[in-house]
Order: sequence, then C-alpha cells, then structure tokens
Amino acid sequence: MSAVSFRDVSRVYDSVRAVDRVSFNIPEGEFFTLLGPSGSGKTTCLRMIAGFEFASSGSIAIHGQDVSATPPFARNVNTVFQDYALFPHMNVRDNIAYGLMVAGVPKAARHREAEAMLELVQLPGVGDRKPSQLSGGQRQRIAIARALINKPKILLLDEPLGALDLKLREQMQVELKRLQRQVGITFVFVTHDQQEALSMSDRICIFNRGRIEQIGSPDEIYETPKTEFVARFVGNVNLFEQGALPGLMSTERGLIMLRPERISISAGHTSERPQKIAGTVQDSEYLGAFIRYLVRAQNGLDITVHQPNLGHSQHAPRFTPGTTVGLGWDDSALHSIKTTKPIAEGGAG
Amino acid sequence: MHSETQINSHELNNSPVLQRSPDKKSSPRALTLAASAGLLFLHLPMWIIFLYAFTTEQKSYQFPPPGLTLQWFAKAWAREDVWRALELSLQVALLSTLIAMVLGTLAAMALSRSRFFGRDVFSMLLVLPIALPGIITGLALRASYGTFDIPFSFWTIVIGHATFCIVVVYNNAVARLRRSSVNLLEASMDLGATNFQTFRYVVLPNLGTALLAGGMLAFALSFDEVIVTTFTAGQQTTLPIWMYQELIRPRDRPVTNVVAMVVVLITTLPILGAYYLTKDADSADGTGK
Repeated sequence: MSAVSFRDVSRVYDSVRAVDRVSFNIPEGEFFTLLGPSGSGKTTCLRMIAGFEFASSGSIAIHGQDVSATPPFARNVNTVFQDYALFPHMNVRDNIAYGLMVAGVPKAARHREAEAMLELVQLPGVGDRKPSQLSGGQRQRIAIARALINKPKILLLDEPLGALDLKLREQMQVELKRLQRQVGITFVFVTHDQQEALSMSDRICIFNRGRIEQIGSPDEIYETPKTEFVARFVGNVNLFEQGALPGLMSTERGLIMLRPERISISAGHTSERPQKIAGTVQDSEYLGAFIRYLVRAQNGLDITVHQPNLGHSQHAPRFTPGTTVGLGWDDSALHSIKTTKPIAEGGAG
Repeated sequence: MHSETQINSHELNNSPVLQRSPDKKSSPRALTLAASAGLLFLHLPMWIIFLYAFTTEQKSYQFPPPGLTLQWFAKAWAREDVWRALELSLQVALLSTLIAMVLGTLAAMALSRSRFFGRDVFSMLLVLPIALPGIITGLALRASYGTFDIPFSFWTIVIGHATFCIVVVYNNAVARLRRSSVNLLEASMDLGATNFQTFRYVVLPNLGTALLAGGMLAFALSFDEVIVTTFTAGQQTTLPIWMYQELIRPRDRPVTNVVAMVVVLITTLPILGAYYLTKDADSADGTGK
C-alpha cells in the first residue's frame, strides 16, 4: 500500500491551474522529493497532503484512505515548515511537546518525550530556551523534533533547508537522511535545489507549471531525463538537435543530451583518446573541483565541457581561450530526448 | 558652535555604547531648542492646571497663586457629584473596552485570516469611526437612537464609546496578526490542535500583549471622551461632561483642577502601559526568520 497516492489531482485558484492532473504514488518508507522551480506546484501538492489545501478535482489517499475531507489535525502527517513556525511564546520543550499537549498527554510524560526528541535531533539541554535564542540550524532541528513527536507515518518538509547557509545545509542533508533511516517513515521533501534533491532522495518527482515532468531515482533523472525541461533543470547540460553531432543517429525527432563532465578535452592534435570533434576554446572558468570550458566546435556548435581538476599535471593540461582542442566522448554518454518542439536557444543549461 | 558640537560628539564616541552606533550624532542645538519649545507648549497648560489645583485664590487664575493649599483635595473628595461622575465614567470605559476587545479581536482575526470579496472595504469601514469627527459619530448615533425610539441611558453611552474603542483594539490586533506568521496556525493544526485549541494556545498568547495594549488605549479614550458622550447621554454626567459643566457654572473652581489631575493620571497610566507592552512584544516577536 502506498503511503501517499495522488490520482489526477488538480488545484485551481481562480483561473490558474497551480496543480494540473497530477498522479503519483509514494511507497512507505521512501524519501520522496518534489523538485521544481518556484510556482511549479510542488508546495501546493505538499500542502494538499498536509490538509491545508484541498484538491479541486481528483483524489488523494494516505495509507489507502481517501483524505479529501480530512482536516489537517485528523491526519497522521506532520509538517516541517519553511520558516520553522516555532511558537515564539513557548520555550523549546513546550514547542516540541505541543502535539502531545493538545492530545491531552500529562505534563511529565510529554516533557520526558520532548527530551527524548531533543536527543534524537542531537540538541539535548536546550529545552528551557526560547526559539529566538537559537541559531537557524538549531531551530530547524527543533522544528523537526516537534513534527516527529506525534510519531507521524509521513513527515512533510517544505524547503526546510532554504534559510541555512551552504555548509549547514550540507550538514543537515546528511542529518535528515540519518533521521529518516532511524525513524523509518516516509519523508516527502519539497525543494527547488536540484543538488539537494539528488543527494537525499530515493526518488524525485520533477514539477513544471503544475505538471509532473518525470518521476525517477536521482540516477534516472540525471542520466536519462525524459524531457528537455528535466535535462536543463537538473545539472548542466549540452543539448543538440538530432544529427548535429557525429555518433548516435536516430530517426526520431528530438534532442541529444551530453553532460559536460562526460566530454574529454585534449590538445588539438593528439591521438591518445578518440576525438570526435575539434574546436576552439572560447572561454574558461575555474570552479575549484573542475574547470568549465566553452568550446566552439568546427561545425558551429557551442559545447560546454567540465574538465576535472587534476592539478597541473600532464594528463589534464589547462587550455586558454583561443586554443584548438579536441573533444571526445563515449557513445553511451549520449542520451536522446523525444520532443515535439524545436530546440531552444543555447547549448548549456 | 559648530566646532564645539564636533568636539562633544568626539568625546562621546569614546564611550563604548556610542561607538556601536556611529550615525547617532548629537542633534543640532536649534533643533533641540525647537523641540523643547514644542514640548513646553504642549505640556505647560497641563502644569498650570496642576498648579492651580493648589491655589488659595478660587475666583481667577492669578499668577503666581497667592498661596498654596491642599483644601481642594478634601473638598473634591467630599463632593457627591464628582464621585457619581467618576463612577459612571469608569463603568462606561470598562464596559465599552470589554465590548471592543471581544469584537475587535474577532474582527481582526476574521479579516487577517481570510480573503473575501469586499474585505478591504470592510476593514476601512471598521476603522472609519476613528477618522470620522466625533461630532458626526455622535450626531449619527443620536439620530439613530431617536429613529428607533431608544431612550438615552448608560447603555447608549457605552455603545457610542464602543464604536471608536473597537477601532483601537482592532488596529492593535491586526498589526500583531500581520507580523506573526500564518504558518503558526497551520503548525498548530498540523500538530493535531483543533480550532479552539489553536486559538487558546497560539493565537491568544501571541495576541495577548497587543490586546492588553489596545484595551488600555481604548479605556483611556473612552474615559475622557466628551463629544460622542454629549450626544449619546441623556441626563447622565460622565467625568469629562461634569468638568465641562463646571467651567460654565463654577463652584469651587480649583476642585475642577483637582479632578483634572486625576483624569490625567487615570488616562496616562494605561497609555504608558500600552506603550511598554507593545514595545517589548515587538522585539520578542522575531519568529522563525
């Protein structure tokens, strides 16, 4: 049985279809991410699972039970809000114990439980503080502890890491994965950060303009995107018209995708690797872990290449703009995307 | 003068507190003077009233007072009509404040939580009584009471006062609700709280100080209101009305000044209280972000 299942769900505001005939199933225990640009409908879907919004049409079931008319407080689902939404007038312990308090659990028992939750999120001893006395990362953990105290079967997370700085965000990503394994429940995670989605999710559901573009594992999404939108939204990408590149040929109308890191770049006239195409370096950008080149190929295509940073070694010479280089790739690096509309301007996404 | 000011501010900047806010320079002397004059103009008449509460001369405002005495306090204390007026004013103020707190809170919650057609118009209509001249409010109420044959009573005054008291409470509550995150309500419901529990444990505590402040302001407003009261009271005499009557037919004029001092105290304290309540809440309000 699925933890959450959407059947042809739409949500219409006035005349805007925020969510447009969306269907998906989330198996129990999965880390499921709703990924998309802002306004793509992902948060609306999350809010419909929580019960803050109702579907205009279609049906939503939680653990097999239709929840079309179930208010938020009657659902065994809890939410971690984007701005944490900790109650400012309560201390941390009362914040965490809130779910038990409104359920009528006696004070001693719920405070004991709250302390246990503080242990779980690795913040013991802050129970007496007010939320305003905590750092962003700590508030984040408190919000998670508060949401988990009711022992929900599903935890909803609405861009919970958006307000944190990069280092803390990466740390919390690891932390969240650990928590999910530890409590073993379904996590539904909303983000617009594709890196976050790739690193944490079991499966990713990509939204665009209220519709689902693709559902799949991070690997599937990245390696074999089904649509041009997915290819461009997740990671960097080169997209070419069919037949524009030597190599894979197809009779279908569509695009060829080639990720920049799958292309090798070498000096103009060597024979050490199969060179598919020659070109001139237009621009180079040093990005730490890799160097990004923009290469204008002989046949006029602009191709983005990521060269791993191996230091100043013989194997990976750096190229300056104006240098003639050869580009090569394995045919397995090419992925074709069916499309009905012509390619948009620009190669790299 | 210029160089002197600069030297002063340099010296002050050495103190650690001021160093943290370098843009706070000492203000130019002219501005200080103008501000002082303004404050004096506002407050001097009040101090004159206070002074003449102690004068021995009761017929005229002779300056300086020929002598000082405390006898008017005793006289005021003994006056039956003062006590009656004070009692009525307190009752009216308390009751209209109470009504305003209930209705103002409900209105604020309704208007801040939902969006519906004509919401902004409704909100403006609600705030209008305080922008409208009191005389219009009074006139309108009097006409309505006449139309519906409602006899003037204690209650007609209370209703009249409630019209502008609601606005004060509503404004305070709406400002607080606007600052606090909608997510708080959703978080509460998400954690299993019913609507009533959410109101009891989240909305009310967050609104608490704002409501108290609004209530205090409303009380102060009602307590010294003259215009609307004149139109909505029959034979009843609230304290401000009593004072007005005393001006026309004076009997122990300094007694009026004594009562004026009491009114100042009764209205100033709640306003000060409201100020401190909302000030503290503002800094403690930083939720989440």
